[in-house]
Amino acid sequence: MSFKAAVLVFPGSNCDRDCKVAVERSTGGHVDMVWHQDTALPAGLDLIVVPGGFSYGDYLRCGAMASLSPVMAEVVKAAERGVNVIGICNGFQILCESGLLPGALMRNNTLKYICKPIELKVENHNTAFTQGYKPGQSVWMTQGNADGNFVADADTLNAIEGNGQVVFRYVENPNGSANDIAGLMNTRGNVLGMMPHPDRAFEAELGSDDGATLFKSLLNSALTAA
Amino acid sequence: MTTTTAPKPKSMADYAAEFGLKPDEYQVILDRLGREPNYVELGVFSVMWSEHCSYKSSRLHLKKFPVTGDRVICGPGENAGVIDIDDGQACIFKMESHNHPSYIEPYQGAATGVGGIMRDVFTMGARPVALLNALRFGEPDHPKTKRIVEGVVAGIGGYGNCVGVPTVAGETNFHSGYNGNVLVNAMCVGLADADKIFYSAAPEPGLPVVYFGSKTGRDGIHGATMSSAEFTEDSEEKRPTVQVGDPFAEKLLIEATLELMATGAVAAIQDMGAAGLTSSSVEMAGKGGLGITLDLDKVPQREENMSAYEMMLSESQERMLAILKPGREADGYRVFEKWGLDAAVIGETNTSGRIILTHKGEVVCDLPLAPLSDDAPLYDRPWVEPKCEPELKLADIPAPANLNDALLAMISSPDMSSKRWLWEQYDRHVMADTLADSSTGHDAGMVRVHGTKKALAVTSDCTPRYVLANPYEGGKQAVAEAWRNLTAVGADPIAITDNLNFGSPEKPETMGQIVRAIDGMAEACRELVFPVVSGNVSLYNETNGVSIPPTPTVGAVGLLKDYDQRAGYNSLKAGQVLLLIGATVGEMGSSIYLREVHGIEAGAPPKVNLKAEKRNGDFVRDLIKTKAVTAVHDLSDGGLVIAALEMGLASKVGVELKNPSGLEDHVFAFAEDQARYLVGVEDASAHALLARAAEAGVPAQVVGLATGADLIYAGLSLSLSSIKAAHEAWLPAYMGAPT
Amino acid sequence: MKAKVHVFLKPGVLDVQGKAVEGALNGLSTVQGWASVSHVRVGKVLEFDVAATTADEAKAQVKDMCDKLLANTVIESYTVEVA
Repeated sequence: MSFKAAVLVFPGSNCDRDCKVAVERSTGGHVDMVWHQDTALPAGLDLIVVPGGFSYGDYLRCGAMASLSPVMAEVVKAAERGVNVIGICNGFQILCESGLLPGALMRNNTLKYICKPIELKVENHNTAFTQGYKPGQSVWMTQGNADGNFVADADTLNAIEGNGQVVFRYVENPNGSANDIAGLMNTRGNVLGMMPHPDRAFEAELGSDDGATLFKSLLNSALTAA
Repeated sequence: MTTTTAPKPKSMADYAAEFGLKPDEYQVILDRLGREPNYVELGVFSVMWSEHCSYKSSRLHLKKFPVTGDRVICGPGENAGVIDIDDGQACIFKMESHNHPSYIEPYQGAATGVGGIMRDVFTMGARPVALLNALRFGEPDHPKTKRIVEGVVAGIGGYGNCVGVPTVAGETNFHSGYNGNVLVNAMCVGLADADKIFYSAAPEPGLPVVYFGSKTGRDGIHGATMSSAEFTEDSEEKRPTVQVGDPFAEKLLIEATLELMATGAVAAIQDMGAAGLTSSSVEMAGKGGLGITLDLDKVPQREENMSAYEMMLSESQERMLAILKPGREADGYRVFEKWGLDAAVIGETNTSGRIILTHKGEVVCDLPLAPLSDDAPLYDRPWVEPKCEPELKLADIPAPANLNDALLAMISSPDMSSKRWLWEQYDRHVMADTLADSSTGHDAGMVRVHGTKKALAVTSDCTPRYVLANPYEGGKQAVAEAWRNLTAVGADPIAITDNLNFGSPEKPETMGQIVRAIDGMAEACRELVFPVVSGNVSLYNETNGVSIPPTPTVGAVGLLKDYDQRAGYNSLKAGQVLLLIGATVGEMGSSIYLREVHGIEAGAPPKVNLKAEKRNGDFVRDLIKTKAVTAVHDLSDGGLVIAALEMGLASKVGVELKNPSGLEDHVFAFAEDQARYLVGVEDASAHALLARAAEAGVPAQVVGLATGADLIYAGLSLSLSSIKAAHEAWLPAYMGAPT
Repeated sequence: MKAKVHVFLKPGVLDVQGKAVEGALNGLSTVQGWASVSHVRVGKVLEFDVAATTADEAKAQVKDMCDKLLANTVIESYTVEVA
């Protein structure tokens, strides 16, 4: 089989090509670009990527306007069918706004946009996204955002922790994110949101290829399932 | 105040003066038209003949630059320069200033500067792939400096990050000479197919003229004439409506423009930058030797009751003017609708040789195009040889009381301290092709040419204190340093864009700086085979009659044919020997050492021997290409010891240096002699490398060893961690960031 | 005293957020069944207590705060309510 993925494109997305290239080079799979106004997704998808960027300029609230676009209704349905979905950076914000993931992303506590390579700990390696990592592995990816500060109320945070939904944690918290959360998934384990960019860390010359392992994990999950 | 008197009706001559036209310039207009221009026509003349659009004070001297070369596809005169980077690919780039707007409204001024330079690049068919910026702020203690730094940095980041183009390199200085007039120079580099470059000249009559992008409002009217006049205290009060940048609109505009170009519908295209609709329409028709009619009622308008004058002079951002091939309007509208952009056919090309504007059914402007460009004023401004700083005697250079303290003072000074606080606010990795950026320990930024083994190296350079001390040598140095920085990463230097920032050309002393700096730059460009393919001139950078230090910023691009053969100063390894390439006679004039340790800003700047520069650089580049070395750093501000500690910090290894020169220790440590590099090599291959240098006639000597975790030299001994702490502390503390 | 400050971009200054929000609202109007909208402007509201004895004094103080900090008067205007 060939791995099949779709990358969504909103007005203002700017990591859509990066995601396509990262998935293609990491998995050898095929990637379709899907426009935000489309009302259907390609058939037989192994992965849907909600890319980073500034959908609708990040105006009003990051991800708010994109979460209401026609294609997101299809993503919600696909997630309910069990298709794997990853939202990176602005994509994470969109997944929270759309209700696929709990919590919200607020302004960094530095009040600044922060772009830097950052060390993460793989908190849960028993997921479709992370099975290629070792338990507790230290990985490096770069991040670039102004609103990466994850917040949720105490009950929600307790539930997230109790369910093992935290997938990546910051080793040094850059932005005030609750419980050092850098990436988290839904209870079913098929929707992941993360602020750091695996799509900018898929070849050593980019500073790290730790992100490629994530996409390779998804490939292996698809192969196992098939 | 309630007393009012009826204002005296103004004559057109009064308005001409108000718009910045000199009496003799206005007389030329009267002579050529054979009548008085109306208000709209006068507005068109004033912007086209402004310094900003006409280069009337600098044109004569800009001719000295070499502008052709084997790799030059398009030199100055278009929106940006175009160079050949093999395999049918081209690189398009330019640097431009947004100095005055950034002083008035730092965030929007800087943001729209970034937006404007990106439009210059994608207008020609290129996808922007890298951004750079050169910032010169006032002294840190000046009451306005901190707020301006905060706003400019946020504006650059806010715009570039949102559009999704990595900001990979830049330079930042602080000096009292910029207290009332900061410099914000932004550079954009893009990639295109060499056979799909788009130009601005209208190719034939009878074609539709299409406006697309954001709507037109009353933003920044007379920005072009404002940037051509000096600042006074009350110009802060006379603020025109500030242009507001919309990076989201720019992102849509990039995608729409490139998509429209791919349909094959575009015959000619130009962005609306300074002087907006006026300069774009006049230049497109004028360059094509045609005429143009525009119906201003069709211009998408954001505000009500806009006059023809306001529409023609508006500097609303994120707008384009395209001339489509016959019958291709539908292609355009399909693309514009997809990306949610306003668009309208607002006119047509013809053979009249005139620009004719109608508004509300009346002709509001009817001008022959030729005089707007052909008769634009050209001045041979009087100039005097600028005062130059005298050579200093080495014996007169004071030694520091303590080398440790001297070094710490230098690396924690505003100019030399880490600029991490700035560049961590810039997205340096979007597009996933960044090989080197401000954080990685390289002398130039590097981005992969997407999908290939090639990479572009980019840098921005100028040392204003050298140019002030000697405009000719300083001009040479700006070009040489850019060339050296590209060389130090292993790139073949290809071409430059220049951004000439000076004071008033109407002062002979300042004009002398302009003339001599250009002379020096032009000579360096010729000797180093480094042509100028685009540029921008920003004059009248003065406040209350005081000029800025002359600042001709050089933005440069080089090519790596295989980025596996690249170098940086982050790859020094313990046990490697440090070789100093290039000769050291002890150039201490106008050095960082004198300024930061002794408070002396004086002395002739280092002389630039272009023959040595070329010979030494070619040698180092050859070492990199043959993989003889990967750890390379050029020597610049602060000299040898600063370069060595930068290598040590980036590579996380200590350095022990010695002084085999016969010069005094502080002189050998901190002299700023040009054409020098530090390279790290394995002990076993050092001998062979020295022999290779001798054969090439390149001075080279062993000056140290990478070892341990300290910097050691003569009486100097400091841990890397203490150096790093001092180096990183100043800017966050100054900006009040949490530590 | 309680102060309420509204900060908006001045008329004529391009409101990039308002424009994007307007575009998104109208883009979604068919799907969501909303009426079309126009002239969207996005601003800020600030509420705070100000330690002043009279309303006039409070208002003068808050206006000064607006001029110097809360609004960028190059591009923004503001209104002040004090109660």
